[in-house]
Order: sequence, then C-alpha cells, then structure tokens
Amino acid sequence: MKKILLWGGLGLLLVFLSIGLYRSQQGQVGIGETAPDFELISFSGEKYQLSDYQGSVVVVNFWASWCESCKPEAKDLELAYQFYLNRGDVIFLGVDYVDIEPDARGYLEEFGVTYPNGPDLRTEISQAYRVRGVPETFIIDQKGIISHVQIGPYSSLEHIKSTIDPLLD
Amino acid sequence: MIQKIQRSRWWILALVLLISLIPFSAFAQGSDPTDDDVNEVARQLYCPVCENIPLDACGTTACEQWRGIIRDKLSEGWTADEIKTYFVNQYGDRVLAEPPRRGFNWVVYLVPAVIFVGGGFLFYRGFQQWRSPEQNRKDRKKEKVTPKPAKPSENDISRVEEELRKRSQG
Repeated sequence: MKKILLWGGLGLLLVFLSIGLYRSQQGQVGIGETAPDFELISFSGEKYQLSDYQGSVVVVNFWASWCESCKPEAKDLELAYQFYLNRGDVIFLGVDYVDIEPDARGYLEEFGVTYPNGPDLRTEISQAYRVRGVPETFIIDQKGIISHVQIGPYSSLEHIKSTIDPLLD
Repeated sequence: MIQKIQRSRWWILALVLLISLIPFSAFAQGSDPTDDDVNEVARQLYCPVCENIPLDACGTTACEQWRGIIRDKLSEGWTADEIKTYFVNQYGDRVLAEPPRRGFNWVVYLVPAVIFVGGGFLFYRGFQQWRSPEQNRKDRKKEKVTPKPAKPSENDISRVEEELRKRSQG
C-alpha cells in the first residue's frame, strides 16, 4: 500500500511537471488551428466578440505602448485598416498587452489608430493565443481558422496586404 | 497681567502652529513615497513581460511603467494589498509572487511539502535498510540453536545392536 502511494505520488508529480514543460514549449497558436474566441472591451467601452465575425477576415494585433518595435507597424496597420474599410469584410482588432491605459491611449493618438483597440484584461486573450511577446499579429480567415501568424512587426503596408489578400475573393 | 495674557497668546499661537503641521506632514508623506516604499510593493509582483524577474529588479519599460503606477497609487493613499488587487484585476493572478491559496494553486504549496515528507520517509527507509544487514547477522547469531539429538526408539536401538553383532561375527 505504501509503495503504491509512493509511486502514485511520484507519477502525479511527473505528470504535473510534464504538463508544465509541454505548455511552456508549445509556442503560439499556429496556422491551421481554430482561433480561440475572445471578448475585447475597447478603450471606448464597446464589446467585440471574435466569433461574431465569422465570414470576415480578422486581423488581431497584440501590441503595447512600451514596445518599441510595435511603433513602426502601427501606422501601417492603420493604413491597412483604411484600405480595407469600405469592403466591410476585413476586421481589425488591437489587443493592448500588459499596458497602462493612459500610455496606451497616448500611443493610439500618436499613431492615429482608429480601429477598435482594448486592453487584454487579466491577460486572458494573450494567454489563449500563447503570445510570447509583442508585436504579434494573427490573421484569421472567414471560417475562424488562423491563416497567418506574424511574429514581430510587419515591415510595410504591402507586407500586411500580402497576408490578407490571399483570403479575399 | 498684560504679560500673562501675552504669554498665553504665544502658547495658543504655538499650539495652533503645531496642530496645523500634523496633517501637513501626513499629506507630504502620502504624496511622495520613497523608492523603498515602491520597491516594497514591487517585489511582491512579477510583470508577465519579464518572466521570473520580480518587478523591483526588472529594468524594462513595462516594469518602469508598473513601478510608476505603484508610486501613483501609494501617493493616493492606497495600501499594498489594494495595489496588488488592482494589478491582479488588470493582469491576472500570475502577476503575484505568491499565488493565492485557492483551487489548483494549492499544488504549488503542497508539492514541496509532499516531496519533503516523502524524501524524509525514503531517507528513513534507506537508513533502516543500511543498518539491517549488521543487525540481521547479530540476530542470526543469537538465534543459532544446536539441534537436539533425536532420541532413538527401542526399535532403532535393537536394529543397531543387531547390525553391530552381525559385523563383529563376520
């Protein structure tokens, strides 16, 4: 009985360690996987539910005001948003990762960002997408499947368009 | 008489000055927390951006922002617990140096204790086994008993005597 308890305890401990190790090695949610659903409450208080946008291409950009490498792509993302705005089937959502609101608002104002942005409260969205840093951008197709993962900043507007256009008619 | 009145006026003036200084000094303390005050709270928090580095030792811009928030909250009169709750609400439980004792978090507290007790038990068992061969040898010596010769039956005796007689005759 003692031996069973001892080996059982050791086995349980190994299972916990394995799960922890597996989760830490998993990396971001990958291409071909279903995009985890989330609710984003924007800085202006509106709610955005990812699952409401089935049928549209969704661009989910993780950023932060303290992130230097997020700044060069901020304007390009806004330009891309303006470019697709009239089509109505490309949605842009900005998720502000581990940030403070006044600085985040200042950042959005500085770069003239007008598409919906909101804080990642309790880091639930970034944990669901297993974000390892910022900026990271996920392009989600009309069926809710991740079609592109951009680790680090986009280099230009053309770069952004090259990851969206193949999904559009 | 006039001198007495003048003296009491000075006392009243001094008292008023003293009283007016009390709230002023409290306000000054609240409005300007020291780096030590900020770090005291910061070392109980971990920014998710820099894993495994407590907030008071982290040099990133995000951590600087967080320390700025702590400073602002302290100057507004918030307690350390209130500030920690604020960060948990904003960024989740994982910002805490000590996870709250509830649900799955108990594993963090129980596993080391289980390992410690299990390790102690294994050490005790090992120590016992390490001593037992010597102990067993001693025990075996104590228990070594010379077998008593079995008492021969009448039949056996007569058969032996018969055999001896045959041999002496032959």
